[in-house]
Parts: sequence; structure tokens; C-alpha cells
Amino acid sequence: MDSPFATALSLIASGDAALMQIIGLSLRVTLTAVLIACAVGLPLGAALALARFAGRGVVIVAFNALMGLPPVVAGLLVYLMLSRSGPFGALALLFTPTAMIIAQTLLILPIVVSLTRSVVEDLWAEYREQLRSLGAGRLRAVPTLLWDGRVSLLTGVLAGFGRASAEVGAVLIVGGNIAGHTRTMTTAITLETARGQLGLAVALGIILMVLTLTLNAAAWWAGQWARERLG
Amino acid sequence: MTDTRDPLCSADAPILPLSLKGAGYTVAGQTLLQDITLRIEAGRRLIVMGANGAGKSLFLRLCHGLIAPTAGHCDWANGAARPQAQAMVFQRPVLLRRSVAANLEYPLTLMGLARAARRETVEQTLERFGLSALANRPARLLSGGEQQRLALARAWAMRPQVLFLDEPCSALDPSATRIIEAMVAQFSEEGITIVMTTHNLGQARRLAEQVAFLHRGRLIEHCSAAKFFAVPETPEARAFLAGDLIW
Repeated sequence: MDSPFATALSLIASGDAALMQIIGLSLRVTLTAVLIACAVGLPLGAALALARFAGRGVVIVAFNALMGLPPVVAGLLVYLMLSRSGPFGALALLFTPTAMIIAQTLLILPIVVSLTRSVVEDLWAEYREQLRSLGAGRLRAVPTLLWDGRVSLLTGVLAGFGRASAEVGAVLIVGGNIAGHTRTMTTAITLETARGQLGLAVALGIILMVLTLTLNAAAWWAGQWARERLG
Repeated sequence: MTDTRDPLCSADAPILPLSLKGAGYTVAGQTLLQDITLRIEAGRRLIVMGANGAGKSLFLRLCHGLIAPTAGHCDWANGAARPQAQAMVFQRPVLLRRSVAANLEYPLTLMGLARAARRETVEQTLERFGLSALANRPARLLSGGEQQRLALARAWAMRPQVLFLDEPCSALDPSATRIIEAMVAQFSEEGITIVMTTHNLGQARRLAEQVAFLHRGRLIEHCSAAKFFAVPETPEARAFLAGDLIW
């Protein structure tokens, strides 16, 4: 038998259809989840930074704690919601890519919210008087602060992407690891390893590592570039 | 430097004089400003002086509407709670993490100017303040003097009737200070009312037309600069001025 690494490299080099399908689905699910989490989490985090209301501390602590939500628990929660007897059972979303997107959004959202809150709160402390003087109220300050915090926020978004693309528990529970339908890189690695088919597992592992490395390098370079260019 | 402003601001009702009546500011049981009564008339250059902690910065923030008085009133002549035709330059200006031009454009967007009008005002302002070559540079990477110049330009672009300046030169070297002083004098000639704090007596003498002297949160002298520097009425003001002579 060939070494799993040799098999892996030949799979990658030949652009194996099954491999490409799995990578494509993984990216689609995770990127969609990141997009949704940003659309909701960036304004929500900024609002949390600027708003003052009773119980604000509790909300902040809750979001901070949720950053450590175990993916299997997130998966379980979404499973309970979407299962046939659950409140959203009628939508028949369980074991679809949509279910996986929902679960991953749940995982990424606390990261985006918490990081946004912290970045925007620091910026607000610095900008507050000046923005008021220029005529911007709290509400108008939100997009301004998000834009001026864009470099730091990018790091948080990438952390969210990293968490989602690396997790296996949530997508396994709500997706079901159905070949050609809901099989992602991480669930495929789990399955193929258990079956002793190490070639595909190693190939996917390599792709995941390269992806993570590329993203982190991109984030680091973007940060460096922004510090030099934008001050 | 030519005056390129159109008569936009004169279309607005005059917001001055600003009348403070028994205005005070108390926070957490500490009274930081007390019983301040004065009128800031249009077209003047008022220099606010006093020792550290006398309440100069707080006084400016109260006038500018960044804080609300906890006692008394601050009334603008047009009756608005916080008229738009005012601007403030801070000791350390906060510039947005954008280009010089975008920093100038930002408050104009807030004022509701249409894109074409914004572009035109930004263009005028860049030219007038000698910032055209820096238009696309990130504002945060400018030198301290350039940053303060941009802050003044940004304030000017808002077409204020009154401009508040809080120790605008305290972090600048002498040449940058001279540039800022010249700009302030120019603004004054254009009819913008100036209210400025400084702890630099030389600067106060160069710019002041009137002086308001604060001591421990109270306004204890308010008179013409000539009178204040020649014959200060209160022992506190005399001591303050004498301190300068000893230095």
C-alpha cells in the first residue's frame, strides 16, 4: 500500500473530484456563516459598545462566555431546533448545508460580537468628544467607528473563520456527513480516518493547514500594511 | 491665503452672543465650575486663562455643548440648544484613520452637504491651508504640526461662527505654534469668534482681545486684554501673571 502522503499529494495534484467537492462545500458553508455573523455581529457589537442599559454587563459576559461554546453543544442546540419534533422541524432543514451554516454562524457570532465590542469601545473612548464636536451622535458614530477599527476587526473575523473551518462537532451533528451533500473537510477527515482511508484524510488535512496558514499570513500582512499606511 | 468662503454661514441666523447665566458643573459631588456669568459677543477673541485645574477646558466644553451645565444656563442667541455653526479644536486632535481629504469631508457629510458641495469645500479647504499635496495621505501619519493644521482646517470647513480652541499649541514646537497662531488671527479677521484657552502668557498677549480668568472653577476676572495685563484686579490674577515674569 502507498503511503498516505503519496496518495494525498496525488489526490491534490490530480484535482480529485470528490476532494474538490468537499473543499467547495466547506468553503461555501463557512464563508456564508462568516458573512452572516459579520452582518449581524458587527453592528450588534458596536451597539453594545456604545449603549448603556441595565444588564449590559450580563450581555457582555454572556457573549464572552459563548466564544468558548463547544461546537458539539452548538450542534446539539441547532439539532434540537431543526429536528422534526423541534420548533423549526417543518422547515426540513436538518442534514442540509443550511443547517450547517446556522450552526457555524452560532459559533462565529460571539467572537465577532465580543471583539467588535472591545475594539469599538476603545475607539469610542478616544473619538467620543471629537465626534460629538463634529456633530455625530451615538448612532451615527457606529459606522464611523466600525470603519476606523477595520484593521483590528479583520483579525476577529478571521479568527471566526478559523474556528468555523476547523470545527467538526457542529457540522457533523446537524449536517450528518452525507457524501456529496453535507460532507465537509473536517467531517470527511473523521470518517476516512476511522475507515483507515488515510490518503483522503491527509489530503484534506494538508488543505486545511494551508488554508489556515494563508489566512493568518494574510491577516498579519494586512495588519502590517495598515499600520504603515494608515497609522 | 484668500478668503474663498461663500456667504453660506451668513445665511444662518447669528448664534452669538452666547450668554452663560450662573452656569455651574458638578460631577460626583465635586463642583468643578461654579456660578459663571458672562456673554461671549460675536467677533471677539476671548482668551481663557487660569492655572492647571482651574476649569478652562471644562469651561470650553460647557460652551461648546459637550457637557450640559448642572446649574444655571448657557443660552445661544438663536435659541438653539446646540447650534451647528460652531467647532472646536482640541489639544490633541482626533483624526480619523482615513486620508486628509476624507477627514475634511467627514463633518460636511454630517452637516448634510451634497456630494458636489462637499467636494468643492474640501478642495477649497485643502488649497487654503496648504494641504493639497497631502490630500491622499493618511491623516494619522502627519506630523504633530500638520495634524493640528488639519484639525483647524476641518473646523474652518464647517463654517463656524464661533471656534473654540483648547490649548491648541501646547504639544507643538515654536514654528508650528506660530503657524497656528497666524491661522487663528486670520479666522478672527474673517469674523469668526474665537474662544481659546492657553497657559502660554506670550500667546495670550499676542492673541487676546478679551480675557476671562478662571480660578478654582470660578470666573474671577473678565475684561479687555489691555486692562487684564496692565492692572489685574484680583490677587490671584496678579500672582498668575507674576509667575510668568519670574519664569
